Amino acid sequence: MALLQISEPGQTAAPHQHKLAAGIDLGTTNSLVATVRSGKAEILPDVEGMHLLPSVVRYCETGAPQVGAIAKQSAISDPRNTISSVKRYVGRGLADICKGCSRSEYEFVDSDSSVPRIRTVAGDISPVEVSAEILKNLKLRAEETLGGELTGVVITVPAYFDDAQRQSTKDAAQLAGLQVLRLLNEPTAAAVAYGLDKGSEGVHVIYDLGGGTFDISILRLNRGVFEVMSTAGNTALGGDDLDRIIAQWLIQQAGLDPSALSAGQMRATLLEACRAKEALSDAEVVGVSLSVTDGSVADDAVWQGELTRTQLYELIDPLIQKTLSSCRRALRDAGIDVDEIEDVVMVGGSTRSPRVRELVGEFFHCEPMVDIDPDKVVAAGAAIQADILVGNKPDDEMLLLDVIPLSLGIEIMGGLVEKIISRNTTIPSAKAQDFTTFKDGQTALAVHVVQGERELVSDCRSLARFELRGIPPMVAGNARIRVTFQVDADGLLSVTAREQISGVESTVQVKPSFGLTDGEIETMLRESMSHAQEDIAARMLREQQVEADRIIESVESAIVADAQLLSAEERSQIDVALSELRKMRDGDDPRKIKQAIEALNTASTDFAARRMDASIQSAMTGHKVDEF
Amino acid sequence: MHAADLSSNFFALFDLPVSFDIELDALSARYRDAQRAAHPDKFANAPEGERRLSVQMAARINEAYRVLKDPLSRGRYLLELHGVALDDSDTAFDGAFLMEQMELRERLADVKNSADSVSQLRIIADDIAAHDKSLITQMADLLNEASAESLQQARNVSRKLQFFRRLNEEVEALEDELGDY
Repeated sequence: MALLQISEPGQTAAPHQHKLAAGIDLGTTNSLVATVRSGKAEILPDVEGMHLLPSVVRYCETGAPQVGAIAKQSAISDPRNTISSVKRYVGRGLADICKGCSRSEYEFVDSDSSVPRIRTVAGDISPVEVSAEILKNLKLRAEETLGGELTGVVITVPAYFDDAQRQSTKDAAQLAGLQVLRLLNEPTAAAVAYGLDKGSEGVHVIYDLGGGTFDISILRLNRGVFEVMSTAGNTALGGDDLDRIIAQWLIQQAGLDPSALSAGQMRATLLEACRAKEALSDAEVVGVSLSVTDGSVADDAVWQGELTRTQLYELIDPLIQKTLSSCRRALRDAGIDVDEIEDVVMVGGSTRSPRVRELVGEFFHCEPMVDIDPDKVVAAGAAIQADILVGNKPDDEMLLLDVIPLSLGIEIMGGLVEKIISRNTTIPSAKAQDFTTFKDGQTALAVHVVQGERELVSDCRSLARFELRGIPPMVAGNARIRVTFQVDADGLLSVTAREQISGVESTVQVKPSFGLTDGEIETMLRESMSHAQEDIAARMLREQQVEADRIIESVESAIVADAQLLSAEERSQIDVALSELRKMRDGDDPRKIKQAIEALNTASTDFAARRMDASIQSAMTGHKVDEF
Repeated sequence: MHAADLSSNFFALFDLPVSFDIELDALSARYRDAQRAAHPDKFANAPEGERRLSVQMAARINEAYRVLKDPLSRGRYLLELHGVALDDSDTAFDGAFLMEQMELRERLADVKNSADSVSQLRIIADDIAAHDKSLITQMADLLNEASAESLQQARNVSRKLQFFRRLNEEVEALEDELGDY
């Protein structure tokens, strides 16, 4: 009889122990958290049974900010301190935020930092911090429901989010104390939720119209591999804009001066616009009313009118047509004909609008799929991906191959952009391009990284600037400076510049021009902890121990599996580094653990690379056998 | 060994013979399986060093697939492997080709003022696509012949193709403009 095994106290149990993971849909209007339980993705409700957390945060003079429905109730009474739709501002500069909206509901202040902040009674708050409050709320909800700490999360972002918006989302997660396994594009997440349910192969379109953003992704499904062929969209177009345009019409009809409206009146008008829009899904005509005073006087004069469905369509059709233009472009970039499309999946609350469904159906010549609740499908897909990434399903065949939505390049002479990685390139991606100096004896080079499709730098988004210094003086045009762009699986860019002759090098993890600096994030983290110093020290030690366990386990199992790929000398170097790390791991000095981890990493890198090569080769050999 | 593998050629990466004629379906299937082995999602729990390695490897597999999938970039890549210099600055084109380019560019410039610009643009795009197709066939034959002379000719054809591709980019940019993409 086989003996049952019992592990030593304090040691980790079996490697395939179920880990807690969650998917988070951080939406413009609502946010959700989901997890996989008993093989199925489930949206986790709050204590009152509500699945959707309104993405609204209210800052109060004292105490913690309110998040969700309770904050939303103050949208009209306390508009300046109640922040909704913050996703529109994340990763954006002040100029961008003000562009397009004649009147912002919030008071934005310019600060020393490049990040715009919103003035509230609790101080000036950056959009990243507001997002972090929403994430903290969902984290707490998940951990209380699941009864333990989350190992990692997948957070979804619009496919059309640029580098700055992605980096800011990741920063918000860090502030909320979440370990991000992956940033996942929302349409891809929806495809995961649908694809796994139906196992359908072929080309699929995901049409995702959320509160504030629009994405279209075209994917090819093949035996568990989701290959995104192209993506297009607009990060400043969503259901909110439909409401806004209806609200403008209401204001005009009521004969009000838009610039004289208070923030509270503006909110009330938007809510009325949204109500009318929803009512017209069933009715042909709906009565509308608007308070024409600011509510401070008793005799609240009310304007009353009506909105017909025909009038509604006249107002919103141009916006829906804009989304269809993006669809045309995505089809072209994918090199796909409308007739090759299997089906169109509708995602996002705004696709509930019958008019949106009608026009999208006409465009793609098919009945759009609405089987899964369009508000919940993204979070469900993220949960499935999180469950796989955290290691709960080691044998799962699913693989997501996504693309970057916008081209990445650098500024060259004359304010022009040289594209280095073009849009719709599959990530991860790495590309290098050589540049040279412009003047004799030039010893430094300014690298300006931009994102966008236009030829002029001024028409693209500025992502980062850095300098490569210490180039030895040479005749103009003689230096060879290789600029390498690397985009990781989250769609985040890092840039290296290296002078080839002298070997001078400079690297930046692109921190967006409108993002928080590492220093700012650290300060915020410190402030958020009660016993800052001890907490941070304890956290650093724990993080290093986790990483130490991870590399020890990985190297040990690699040796068991593939010892034949090691020379005796390499083996002994690895053994030395392993035993040193084991010793340090049980100490209490995070720096020493880190050093030992790096030593083991150096000793085992070639081995790891060889194993990866071998596994790719063996995958290819499988094909040879199949084909002959 | 590691460095050597990263620089080994794209055909070898997918265990395919070095040739212009490849089965695109086989390439795609091999690409997907290579990513199954190397993609960062498969290393989400691995130590940091391995995660970095996997990002590099997956990026290389993506690049290899991108280059081999498109006939023009595949052709130019083959020329590179044959040691044919791809320096783009010194190509002499025949008069007929240059005339044709000028004519297409003039038509493109006129589109904006045309009453039915969208359909005019469509016609130009179709013309470009037809040229592209016939040049690809020419390039394929020359590459398969693989003599010193035919490789030089293949290089010239690939240069012509690049002109058409650039023109096509301009067509798409104009489409974006007209269609308010």
